[in-house]
Amino acid sequence: MSASLLNLDQVEVGYGDKTVLRDLSFALAPGEIGCLLGPSGCGKTTALRAIAGFETIRAGRIRLNGDVIAGADGHWPPQRRGIGMVFQDYALFPHLTVAGNVGFGLGALDKGARAAKVAELLEVVGLAAHANDYTHALSGGQQQRVALARALAPEPRLLLLDEPFSNLDVELRERLSQEVRDILKARGMTALLVTHDQHEAFALADRIGVMDGGQLRQWDRAYALYHEPADRFVADFVGEGAFLPATVIAPGELSFELGQGPYLATQEGRPGQTLQVLLRPDDVLHDDHSALQARVVKKAFRGAQFLYTLALPSGATVLSLVPSHHDHAIGELIGIRLEIDHLIAFS
Amino acid sequence: MSAEIQSTSLPMAPVRHAVRRHWDENLLAWLIAAITLLPLAVVLVSLLQPQTDIWAHLTAFVLPDLLLNTVWLLLGVGVGSLLLGVSLAWLTAIYDFPGRKHFGWALALPLAMPAYVLAFVQIGLYDFTGPLQTLIRELWGDSRWVPAIRSRAGVILTLTLALYPYVYLLARNAFQTQGRRALEAAASLGLSRRQGFWRVALPMARPWLVGGVTLALMECLADFGTVATFNYDTFTTAIYKAWFSLFNLTAASQLASLLVLAVLVLALLEQHVRGDKRYTSAGRLSQMRPERLRGWRAALAVCACLLVLGLAFLIPLVQLLWWAQSVAAEQLDLRYFGFIGRSLLLSAGAAGLVVLIALALAYAVRRKSGLGVRLAARLATLGYAVPGTVLAVGVFIPIAWLDNRLIETVRTLGWGEPTQLIKGTLAVMLLAYIARFLAVAFEPTQSAMQRITASQEEAAASMGLGRRAVLRRIHLPMLRGGLFTAALMVFVDVMKEMPITLMTRPFGWDTLSVRVFEMTSEGQWEMAALPAVAIVLAGLIPVILLALHTEKQA
Repeated sequence: MSASLLNLDQVEVGYGDKTVLRDLSFALAPGEIGCLLGPSGCGKTTALRAIAGFETIRAGRIRLNGDVIAGADGHWPPQRRGIGMVFQDYALFPHLTVAGNVGFGLGALDKGARAAKVAELLEVVGLAAHANDYTHALSGGQQQRVALARALAPEPRLLLLDEPFSNLDVELRERLSQEVRDILKARGMTALLVTHDQHEAFALADRIGVMDGGQLRQWDRAYALYHEPADRFVADFVGEGAFLPATVIAPGELSFELGQGPYLATQEGRPGQTLQVLLRPDDVLHDDHSALQARVVKKAFRGAQFLYTLALPSGATVLSLVPSHHDHAIGELIGIRLEIDHLIAFS
Repeated sequence: MSAEIQSTSLPMAPVRHAVRRHWDENLLAWLIAAITLLPLAVVLVSLLQPQTDIWAHLTAFVLPDLLLNTVWLLLGVGVGSLLLGVSLAWLTAIYDFPGRKHFGWALALPLAMPAYVLAFVQIGLYDFTGPLQTLIRELWGDSRWVPAIRSRAGVILTLTLALYPYVYLLARNAFQTQGRRALEAAASLGLSRRQGFWRVALPMARPWLVGGVTLALMECLADFGTVATFNYDTFTTAIYKAWFSLFNLTAASQLASLLVLAVLVLALLEQHVRGDKRYTSAGRLSQMRPERLRGWRAALAVCACLLVLGLAFLIPLVQLLWWAQSVAAEQLDLRYFGFIGRSLLLSAGAAGLVVLIALALAYAVRRKSGLGVRLAARLATLGYAVPGTVLAVGVFIPIAWLDNRLIETVRTLGWGEPTQLIKGTLAVMLLAYIARFLAVAFEPTQSAMQRITASQEEAAASMGLGRRAVLRRIHLPMLRGGLFTAALMVFVDVMKEMPITLMTRPFGWDTLSVRVFEMTSEGQWEMAALPAVAIVLAGLIPVILLALHTEKQA
């Protein structure tokens, strides 16, 4: 793990007798963008604030570039950590102009170097024309970019982003998250983001940690979170899907209504045991020639696709994403088939 | 405000009524504004018609001293209240030490004690015959080296101790609401807490600080009782002397016009210093816990808070109570209850009247949010910045003029030989109160009014309620808290008010504050203490409410 830039090792944070965060461990490699994803109150913001130094940790260790910045031996104050932060509400300084905000953390540089740095960053975030405006005159998206430029200016070792897009409307959010990713990647910046929005996480991050109840459930790439969730919570929280009852027929193999085959599971099931198998909407394909028939129960138009809820002969339901020119009525029977790399089952 | 006139914001409002309604509410708002504008105009007009002999006398003998005294006072109290207010606010907002929570509200307690009460208690405490110097003489035989309290420094110190809470409260609010998140941002950019204070918290708090200092300085300019007690001549005492000792109404109004100019300069200065930057908080409230002080640092923090609180409130209060009980047996008589009764009656009456007018004004602004009405409201509430002595002069002069016309008319009609009709009634005093305290009632009334959303009104209207029913069933119930606050604030302010009451009261209307003035001008501190205690007790009410409110917020 010596190659990692940020390393959390069994970190615990709590107030009084309440533990907000327990046993949190993960690592970020240099240049990697990580994300902590979870519902509100899951402890993700606390984790971010502990890394920034605004919260003291009760146990465990946080290392940055090999330095132990928080642990049993002490706790570096935030200003010494060299960690930049983009706050959820931006926390721009209203008494300073855009340029004043961006140059705020550049006290060590001389005037010329500071001006050059500010100009460079304003160019990067596309706000060169607004250098002398006060921040309240800017739109939400522009304020967000000022906050990003301000945090990037001192060239921090790590950048933290706390729900950076939650105050923006949906379209802007998508565009900006792509822009931010491009900027971070171009500068080789290591970053950690916190969000409750999985689309944001997928759009921005290389590695995503799903959190719940103060604990990290899974730390993985987006594809793995979606198709190989580590537990039932992750499977539910990330993406849509349906669970079908399945029976273990041999070690590592199970059978359910739509077929049988090898499966991955957190615990090995005994033959004869009943498990729940996860089917994502894109695992279930519409095929007119298939012998497998299911009845349309619900349909939701999604533009390019319909999301159908289909009832199997047993009465269990599955979800299926179907190109939207296949417009079937509710009650109609349609053919389906499975296309799935490996089955995932939970007890 | 008749019932058949419908609001255009309601569905299906008849458009043809709009013009008439517009005019109604504009007229109402401007009539209310006239109560403040007329006295101001009267006083300012006198500046345009200088009587050369009066000016010659004033510029030769009076003005140089007045100006010097006023400038020193403003400078001293401005710097003093800024230093005291900001440091205490920073201490209680950002650091944690034993008793911090209680100090947080207790440090606003000096607001309960009018400056003129603090003034005579300070003199009683620290003058040659006071307990401090007596003790020093007993111990060392000589106390002449102790700096005199009856001095410029003494006035400045007293007013600073009385007025620093304005800066303290606003600065604390600024530090608590927006300093913290901003400090985190500063820390993430590599700044220590001390650097964060100088580079972020303080500049961001500037509009609040400017506002707080301006309030303190306005009070300073308006102050009459304190400077009178200290025999420190400023414009307010000069106006009073011109009025009562010289019976020279013209000189009084000339001086008053200069005082208004001083207030105006101060207000413009505030605008300038505040600049055109709009200050919103940087980020929402964040729950960063204050930094815990330990050991000698914590002890120092507690000592600093205790020292200020002791000097500005606790010691004076104890002294006041001591004096009061020493004379209570002989002074607690019918005469005293007369002072209390008249003070209560006057305060309650004025509170009711002022709140009613404030409600009408707030309602007019809400109904017709045009430029005209808003300007009228703005002008109507200017009076709070105008010293009471000025308003007394400005209200009296036109009333006296009107009175003379009326008396002439009565005489020519042969209805009698009256000497005064309106002059000797409560009308002058009440009008001056309205002009001075309308802002006090208008602020809470309007902010309560703003909490009623247009859609709430529209919902009521869509359920078939007429305009009067909306007023009765939506506005009044929702406004109750705001109106109560407004009435309470005016009540206490009138109770504490000195110059207007002193200068315009009808014969026999001696109140608690008049009694305090009379006793202090004779140097009878013990006798002044008893009515002062009643005033301080009334003054405690809003401070306690404020403390409860801030506790609830925290």
